[in-house]
Amino acid sequence: MTSPSESLDQRYARRRRTERAMFAATVAATATVLGILLFLLGYLVWQGASALSLDFFTHLPTPVGEAGGGMANALVGSAKLLLVAAVVGVPVGFLGGVYLAEYDGGRVAFAVRYAADVLNGIPSIVIGITVYGLLVVPFGHFSTLAGGIALGLLMIPVALRTTEEFLRLVPDTLRDASLALGAPQWVTVVRVVIPAGMRGILTGLLLSLARVAGETAPLLFTALSNRYWSPGWLQPTASLPVMIFTYAIAPYDDWHRQAWAAALVLLAIVLGANVVARLALGGRSTAQT
Amino acid sequence: MDMASSTLATAEVSSAKIVVRDLTVRYGSTLALDRVALDVGDRQVTALIGPSGCGKSTFLRCLNRMNDHIRNIRIEGSVSLDGVSIYDAAVDPVELRRRVGMVFQKSNPFPKSIFDNVAFGPRVHGLRDRVELREIVERSLRQAALWDEVKDRLDRSALDLSGGQQQRLCIARALAVEPDVLLMDEPASALDPIATAKIEELIHELKTQYTIVIVTHNMQQAARVSDTTAYFYLGRLVEVGPTEQIFTNPSRPETEDYVTGRFG
Repeated sequence: MTSPSESLDQRYARRRRTERAMFAATVAATATVLGILLFLLGYLVWQGASALSLDFFTHLPTPVGEAGGGMANALVGSAKLLLVAAVVGVPVGFLGGVYLAEYDGGRVAFAVRYAADVLNGIPSIVIGITVYGLLVVPFGHFSTLAGGIALGLLMIPVALRTTEEFLRLVPDTLRDASLALGAPQWVTVVRVVIPAGMRGILTGLLLSLARVAGETAPLLFTALSNRYWSPGWLQPTASLPVMIFTYAIAPYDDWHRQAWAAALVLLAIVLGANVVARLALGGRSTAQT
Repeated sequence: MDMASSTLATAEVSSAKIVVRDLTVRYGSTLALDRVALDVGDRQVTALIGPSGCGKSTFLRCLNRMNDHIRNIRIEGSVSLDGVSIYDAAVDPVELRRRVGMVFQKSNPFPKSIFDNVAFGPRVHGLRDRVELREIVERSLRQAALWDEVKDRLDRSALDLSGGQQQRLCIARALAVEPDVLLMDEPASALDPIATAKIEELIHELKTQYTIVIVTHNMQQAARVSDTTAYFYLGRLVEVGPTEQIFTNPSRPETEDYVTGRFG
């Protein structure tokens, strides 16, 4: 603490030292975060770029021991899984978020919000085993549908809370304006509040989808994997995250290279979704005023 | 200002558009309005003045039931519009707000085009006809003295307009649903003097067709635009009377202190 004998100059000098030290600490932390991201990107490119070729995107995996081949089935598999996830997660998350933000009914809203937060904290493997018990065991086989539903359940809490957050950013003055014109509340919500928050909500939904795109654990025993194309929705399917896992622990150099390539592609997709989302939000004129 | 007509406004209850009696509003345990009684004359401008927190905005928002959504609010007493109690269970607040429009302190255009802003109300009430919508939009914008400034860019975002234009757009938007009463909550407090003058001019023109209740912090504004002035203090209506009288010869010393700026 400040001692009474300390002169004003000494005190200023001490404050300047503290200020410089704290500033250096924040710069260091920022640099660390950026460094980790850049290192990750660089390492993936270095390891995976060599295995990236047109074949990777268009060919099926080759039999063990044969070089070449690709992960076309895993790319399509991941896309189908995400489609199912979106069909499950977006409506529930979006409508739930609208309810929380616009029809905040006190106790019910509190319960829903709390449930969403708890759900968000549930390890993804627990969601996986639940879906395994409910949708895989009774039907006797792994499927795209089961995997997609597991991913959809995972994205619900994120989709719900981001929808709620972005609707809350819409100023109350807009709600007042609409109500004062004689619009019923549901019209106000549908015609004014949701359009005003739409850009942010879409961003949030895209990000929640990007987040589950990399989930592996819940897919291991719902979608399983597949060396071949997976027709329809009721067959086991390959997916990028599970392929990375399988290939990375296999004893073949060629597979390791492909695993790196797949990791690079997955990261590119997630990063791309993030960048697109940020850019879309960049021209924000909606939630202002 | 016409002295004779403004005296008539408060003297005769029968000519009143809105009659408020014993209006008491509580937010939780806080008393916001205490047994307020006021008559609002038909096609008159009634100004509500008083220091911040005196309850004038709360009073205004009771007139179109915009307070309904606030939690923990308790509203007692009666408010009637054309003789019908608006807090009656049979009255739909949505229908009421169509008849009692509102303009807010901070202009709040929707993030939509100028046209869509004005057409919002009529559309909500079921009007789909493009030609008719176009007519309403033009008429409302003309009434709000904005038409000439925006007629070439109706499809542009309302957010590109200046502050004063945005506020006049909000007035046009409120007029588009053809209300009987227009409530204005400090409509010019965020505007520069020129924009303020335009709004005041507008109020003068609108009062031939509409009953206007305006909350203002600007004493000169109240004196310029209103026929009747009501002075609120700490949730009570201290004095109400013809504007000239309130500003030149108020009957209560508190009112005099406030309007002459000696408020302490």
